[in-house]
Amino acid sequence: MANVVEMKNITKVFPGVVANDNVNFALEQGEIHVLLGENGAGKTTLMNQLYGLYEPTSGEIYINGKLTNIKDPNVAISMGIGMVHQHFMLVEPFTVAENIILGSEPSLNGGVKLDMEKAVKDVEEISTKYGLKVDPNVKIQDISVGMQQRVEILKALYRGADILILDEPTAVLTPQEIEELGEILRKLTKQGKSIILITHKLKEVMAMSDRVTVIRRGKKIETLKNENTNTDELAEIMVGRKVNLVVDKDEKVAGDVVMSVKNLEALDNRGIPALKGVSFEVKAGEIFAVAGVDGNGQSELVEVITGLRKATGGSVNLLGTDLTNKPTKSVIDAGVSHIPEDRHKRGLVLQHTLAENSVLGTHRDEPFSKSGVLDYSTIHNFCLELIEEFDVRTPNEKVAAKSLSGGNQQKLIVARELSRKPELLIASQPTRGVDVGAIEFIHKRLVAERDKNKAVLLVSLELDEVMALADRIAVVYDGQIVGIINGKDATEKELGIMMAGGSQKK
Amino acid sequence: MQKKLKYLFENIKYPLLAIVLAFLIGSIFVILTENSPIVAYSALIEGSLGNIPKLGETLLKTTPLILTGLSVAFAFRAGLFNIGGEGQYLAGAISTVTAAWVLQDLPGFILVPIILLAGALGGALWGSVPGVLKAKLGVHEVIVTIMLNYIALAMTNFLVRTALNPSTLTGSEQKAYTVLIPEHARLLKFNTFMPVFGYSFLHVGLLIAIACAIGIWFLLFKTSVGYEIRSVGHNPYASEYGGISISRNIILSMMISGALAGIAGATTVAGLTYKVDQASGLPGYGFNGIAVALVGKNHPLGVLASAFLFGVMSNGARKMQFEGIPKEVVGIIQGIIIIFIAGEAMLKFMTTRKKKADKKEVA
Repeated sequence: MANVVEMKNITKVFPGVVANDNVNFALEQGEIHVLLGENGAGKTTLMNQLYGLYEPTSGEIYINGKLTNIKDPNVAISMGIGMVHQHFMLVEPFTVAENIILGSEPSLNGGVKLDMEKAVKDVEEISTKYGLKVDPNVKIQDISVGMQQRVEILKALYRGADILILDEPTAVLTPQEIEELGEILRKLTKQGKSIILITHKLKEVMAMSDRVTVIRRGKKIETLKNENTNTDELAEIMVGRKVNLVVDKDEKVAGDVVMSVKNLEALDNRGIPALKGVSFEVKAGEIFAVAGVDGNGQSELVEVITGLRKATGGSVNLLGTDLTNKPTKSVIDAGVSHIPEDRHKRGLVLQHTLAENSVLGTHRDEPFSKSGVLDYSTIHNFCLELIEEFDVRTPNEKVAAKSLSGGNQQKLIVARELSRKPELLIASQPTRGVDVGAIEFIHKRLVAERDKNKAVLLVSLELDEVMALADRIAVVYDGQIVGIINGKDATEKELGIMMAGGSQKK
Repeated sequence: MQKKLKYLFENIKYPLLAIVLAFLIGSIFVILTENSPIVAYSALIEGSLGNIPKLGETLLKTTPLILTGLSVAFAFRAGLFNIGGEGQYLAGAISTVTAAWVLQDLPGFILVPIILLAGALGGALWGSVPGVLKAKLGVHEVIVTIMLNYIALAMTNFLVRTALNPSTLTGSEQKAYTVLIPEHARLLKFNTFMPVFGYSFLHVGLLIAIACAIGIWFLLFKTSVGYEIRSVGHNPYASEYGGISISRNIILSMMISGALAGIAGATTVAGLTYKVDQASGLPGYGFNGIAVALVGKNHPLGVLASAFLFGVMSNGARKMQFEGIPKEVVGIIQGIIIIFIAGEAMLKFMTTRKKKADKKEVA
């Protein structure tokens, strides 16, 4: 097969960082080629150069055998390259058809009037041609995330893309939707399209790809054929050492109820109901996971429990104390620790030092503060202890939190929250965007809390994480709990059906 | 120690550079007026620092600038842009006169602290209005503080003409200023205990201002209240997550900020003017405080230094005028310093944003 894309000796240097170091990459006509690597390995940077968002510091790009200077995305589009970004670039109040034609609108009267009829007809045409069913006349805000992704793919195809780049396309999909995406991509390759898939999820590599190129710390490590490899080998190449993908966890009988949530209701930021009567209990010595597709009320649930959002109905009770709509400080003092889903927004004051961040939430309490005056030497020693115990990689405790890598920032947060010896630990997306080493570490600490007979509420979008850690799993859909099942009986298929709102199998 | 010095230098090198550049560019304007920059600048220095009484006058001009500079800097640390220093200054000044009149029978050692406190309270009250509106209703503090400046001016003039006018209170004829505060309510002048200050009107308000700077530094960087205020200023979401009340801290910051501007008014009344005059426009200390805070990089100790610089320029400008150089040159230099320092902030803002954008894409 001929190479449709060839990237030769690509190096991309940002101030202080070599994002791509002499990378070679080739895409064959009609294949699905996965670009695998950890967060921050340089996958997206490499593809952004192919799509013209960055210019390489050095190296050459050949499209269909011709040396090409892709200086901006318009050149890429004219060369038949389309990219579907991780965060969709759609105009929410516009219809599907309007979004697809945006940037290359058909017009009437010499370019003055938009030819909406033709637009709808065009969209229907390509939608049937590639077997990607969409309704051209509904608004983006009214369709599911999976559908929105289809629209993004159609948009690229409408502009005549023969080479499709998909950046982490499965992050927002249910397992069934992921399967569907796989079928769609297969169909597209049969019609002669070539596809690059960026991901850090090993299972998808095995399910979807023809070949896989592994990138680690900006360098290309290897290109493998799908049939000659397996997930364990890929994990090892990706991380650079043997990885234990399985979490060690002993059987354990859960104890008494630590937190009970009854008929909880709350609104989201737009004032639309996000929680519609959620009830569950978390017991001592168990990891209770809340699984679901992003945006089904998980964030609001955690915010209501921790006092960051007002409940409009229902109650939260921790060990006999009513915590409903109590201020955050009371929730902290009652023994709730919280690893927030967005460490930059909530978890850290990035401009503060690590020491100052290590007491966020307890800064008013002894021994850190004595009659209103902060005891900095105690705070610094405390932070040094956390750094030591949780292996936070940092020059010292006096640097600003923003100077740390994501994994180390997350470790500092985990350290701070566990140092309070909580009765209930809420871990919301605890491993989002951190490297495999940190993931292993954080998982171990969560299991350790459970083994210490503490209650752990895990909220995660990563189904693998939920299945590896949870003793019980609640699946949320549209602000309600669809069902609660035992962790060890759970299958991905069953969870997937529930995540899409399907009822629990009895 | 060496590390600390290096850190200090890192922090002040841009302001220093801005000042040097501003004086260089300012000399172009001096030359345009057909004068010599050397004459101009030596007059500036001679006029402001030439002898002890001159230094005293410079420090006198520095005093309110320290306080209004602190006011702006403090609010800024909490993420608030308080441009209501003018109004809070007036509220402080008028409260001081009122308290001094009402409580004039108290002995001096009690009366003096009380009227200063009254000034602080007046400023705090005036500052609390935008604080409450911002915290509870989300009204932007810039709009409210700026409008409250003019309300304060109108109310001050009203009180000067009516309730606080000597004609109302002592039965004398109508004056364009309030009653004078009693002699035992006035702040001590430096020349009464340090005769070297000669004719200078410098009063102990300077020491109060310096004490405020040290106090604010301690509050911001050494106490849990300061920790919360800085946290809210940097990242309200994380503060909320850490159990810090955003609205409480916004109101508190605006009140402390207002109190500082109020003390500026109080010390000026108690130490220099002894009354409040009817005025056609805002006094200007509040707005100059913005520039002082900017040049002082919103650090209480930086504010001390930058207020002194502004004091030097405004006092030295008179001497320059005697040498036939228009005093507007000083205004130009002040303006250029501010532009350069704001430019630095902008430069930093743009470089960090660019870095951030770059970093984001390395995924």
